[in-house]
Amino acid sequence: MSHDTKHAEHAHPTGATYLKIGLILTIITAVEVWAYYIPALVASPLFNPALIIMSAAKFAIVVLFYMHLKYDHKLFKALFTGPLIIAMGTITALLFLFGKVKL
Amino acid sequence: MASHAHAATTGHADGHDAHEHHHYTTTGLDHRKIAIWAFIGSECMLFASLISTYLIYKGKSLVGPFPHTEYVNEAGKVFKPILDIPVTSASTFVLLMSSLAMVLALQAVQLKGTPLAAGAGWWQRAERSSQLWLGMTALLGATFLGFQAYEFTSFVHEGLTIKTNLFGSTFFTLTGFHGAHVTVGVLWLMMLLWIDRTRGLGPKDELIVDICALYWHFVDVVWIAIFTLIYLIQ
Amino acid sequence: MATIAQPSHATHVGASAEQTGIWSWITTVDHKRIGTLYLWTALFFFLVGGLEAVMIRTQLMRPNMGFVSADTYNQLFTMHGTTMVFLAVMPLSAAFFNYLIPLQIGARDVAFPRLNAFSYWVYLFGGIFITLPILFQVAPDGGWFGYAPLTSNQFAPGPNIDFWVIGLQILGVSSLAAAFNFITTIINMRAPGMSLMRMPMFTWMSFVVQFLLILAFPPITVALFFLLMDRFFGTTFYAIAAGADPLLWQHLFWVFGHPEVYILILPAFGLVSEVLPTFSKKPLFGYNVMVYSGIMIGFLGFGVWAHHMFAVGMGPVADSIFSLMTMLIAVPTGVKIFNWIATMWAGEVRFTVPMKFAIALIGMFTIGGISGVMHSSPPADLQQTDTYFIVAHFHYVLFGGSIMGIFAGIYFYYPKMTGRFMNDGLGNLHFWLNFIGMNLTFFPMHFSGLYGMPRRIYQYDSGQGWDLFNMMSTYGTYLLVVATAVFVWNFIRSRSTGAIAGNDPWGAATLEWSIPSPPPEYNFAQIPEVTSRYPLWDLKDPKKTAGIDHSHADAMTITDAHAVPVHEETERHTAKELGIPMPFSTAKPLFTAFGMCTMFSGLLFLRNDMFAVAMTVTLTGAAMLIGGLISWFTAPLE
Repeated sequence: MSHDTKHAEHAHPTGATYLKIGLILTIITAVEVWAYYIPALVASPLFNPALIIMSAAKFAIVVLFYMHLKYDHKLFKALFTGPLIIAMGTITALLFLFGKVKL
Repeated sequence: MASHAHAATTGHADGHDAHEHHHYTTTGLDHRKIAIWAFIGSECMLFASLISTYLIYKGKSLVGPFPHTEYVNEAGKVFKPILDIPVTSASTFVLLMSSLAMVLALQAVQLKGTPLAAGAGWWQRAERSSQLWLGMTALLGATFLGFQAYEFTSFVHEGLTIKTNLFGSTFFTLTGFHGAHVTVGVLWLMMLLWIDRTRGLGPKDELIVDICALYWHFVDVVWIAIFTLIYLIQ
Repeated sequence: MATIAQPSHATHVGASAEQTGIWSWITTVDHKRIGTLYLWTALFFFLVGGLEAVMIRTQLMRPNMGFVSADTYNQLFTMHGTTMVFLAVMPLSAAFFNYLIPLQIGARDVAFPRLNAFSYWVYLFGGIFITLPILFQVAPDGGWFGYAPLTSNQFAPGPNIDFWVIGLQILGVSSLAAAFNFITTIINMRAPGMSLMRMPMFTWMSFVVQFLLILAFPPITVALFFLLMDRFFGTTFYAIAAGADPLLWQHLFWVFGHPEVYILILPAFGLVSEVLPTFSKKPLFGYNVMVYSGIMIGFLGFGVWAHHMFAVGMGPVADSIFSLMTMLIAVPTGVKIFNWIATMWAGEVRFTVPMKFAIALIGMFTIGGISGVMHSSPPADLQQTDTYFIVAHFHYVLFGGSIMGIFAGIYFYYPKMTGRFMNDGLGNLHFWLNFIGMNLTFFPMHFSGLYGMPRRIYQYDSGQGWDLFNMMSTYGTYLLVVATAVFVWNFIRSRSTGAIAGNDPWGAATLEWSIPSPPPEYNFAQIPEVTSRYPLWDLKDPKKTAGIDHSHADAMTITDAHAVPVHEETERHTAKELGIPMPFSTAKPLFTAFGMCTMFSGLLFLRNDMFAVAMTVTLTGAAMLIGGLISWFTAPLE
């Protein structure tokens, strides 16, 4: 059963892919830390959004590839993204209510 | 049957008859994998609450030490910004690499028993060693915990405890919760390693490694969020 | 199959010899027995919570009564709320989750039977832990919402709140463990052919509730953990002097608290959605819309929490958003009301006792829902908040809604659980006393509230226009005591004297009615393949389900090798005779639950600086917990 056609379509990435992903994650982390030490960048209004985007990208890469959500049953996607959306919504709403983000 | 299409993710992948030995399930998926994903969903809300609290109280502490700015108390004592970015960057890197090792451990378990191609190099052989990668993951996880222990003790020496101010309370609780999750993960990995050493893990055990891996990666992605939101954003 | 058919009234005939006695209950992992344990325990706590309400109402009967002291009064209303929410209504729902979900989806047990037993024992120990202190006048006294900083050491220095913080933390573990279990069960243990859109409505509403549980409990776990750290380890989460925000607790609590409201009501909605079609002899009107509205209620339930906090002054933007969201959530709820009415419309309605309770839910919940929409508007809420108007509102939805629905469920499923009917005359008496008593208790509170009577006061002066309404409320409560006594008598007596019920005493449509009452340990000798939402009506009265989608022209076609057509099972066997593997009975979940509760309770000793004792108790508990877990995971399930 494990080698039927359906499985082949959903083939997991190989070790080389995992290494490449590890490299990408390392590079993004290095960029994040590097940016932290450049005062001009830190002062920029784009600093926080940029950091959050990079962090979200790392988050998504790990979830999609290392947690193989990209290749797995759609049920697991639903079980993860549903709660994640509610969690993100709750964080945003709380930060708004405490005046940390403005409309 | 949908169950057969997804057999590879449920631990049934080792043979045609495997299905007959398992209980019927509606989706063909294993109960435990559904439960761990539901658990991870729940954990999203747990860390969302902790992270929200940290961010809500950010900049609200009345006394130092502070994370990113200097603080001078009434007696004139100077407290430097307390977060140690180089050390935490290193520990972040360690945890990221542990995720890489974890995914390779899962692959090693899946690959076990498949014959090596002729002239396979050291890497192909290493790819099949689940013990190597499970041990590596646990070791990197333990290293991360070591960094955290160092960080916590040095903060206490510099005058920041869980009682000092809002920053201390929220910081130690949030990172402490995460550290507790890492600790559970390390113990879980050590159990898998022990099983691997005693009876050997093979493709039929894919599921038990997979659910541990999902937990481990989730703990890692939580740290990815924490590192940016707590350490890097000022 | 050569066994002689047993008459289905033979309550204990099917149970094998080793299944009786106290030890069999301690070690059970059978979802039906665990459901029964939940039912009895939760009914006990329902009586405890009711008794607390009687004492509250007696104190408020006349102006300036001295029946209890102010301090005791605080403990009574705190424990009344805590008991009814966490120890009565939620576990009563859990009793039905346990008993019914596997039967309704055609499964032999839940996904993790031992975890299920663990959930029950944690609930029992947590319930005892949080209830016992009231006997010693040290019960929690900060309200069921436990607002910090009011509950911090500065304002609540005694051990009262310690019991509440630790007790709720324990109960949270029970709810979470059960929720993961039921999510997995419903996703993964449905009989062949039972697609999601063929699940009985009770299972659907329960499914939604499990997601509310796993997403709503983490925020309160965190909020309680902060409070616990503040109280025992001197952190500053709720310390205003250190710059803490007094609204942090309120927000985290209501992020949990509002979904919790739906956790309390949706199972009751599910139960009446089973009762109404059965006694109207019609399929549920608008099944799909009922499902979607349930999901919508669950989802929107996470976006309305701050309507509990309009009075704290969140600003016009926040007030507007939460007000609109609250009005929005009334829409799917209203849809359900209309669908229930349309289900009865032109049906052959039989006014049995469960049907009466179900209809009462529709009426009473609508009243509570409408007063709810009234204070979704911030200007109106500012007048009503913290008055008895709010008390009237949420008792109409929780008593008029949840409790009415649960009573409908108890009368409806009693024959399935015991093999016997509850007495009809007593049931009718209970219904009318309950219905009148409830309205006499809570309707006047609308008026005392609008006249300005605040909540949580233990005495009031005469001459404010509240006297008559309070007197009425108190007499209503006494009527409810009589009603509940009738119910308890009926519930206990009918187990041995009730009329015999067969497989399907009400002519219902779903799988749980295709097997003997009470069900044998294995539930289904042969797992049926389901071809529509109303498998038993397909079998017995196809006319009723002619308008419903079926997967095959011939409803009895079989596509799965593991299953047989939907059929009635009247014979009783043991699982052994049929060769069905059953999980082993085990006391390990109980032991593990006890260890966990011991571990938590060690914290209590920190209050008196008994550090060594605290460490000893906590470490002993932790050792029991870990030992229990290791022994549990290394032992095979079946």
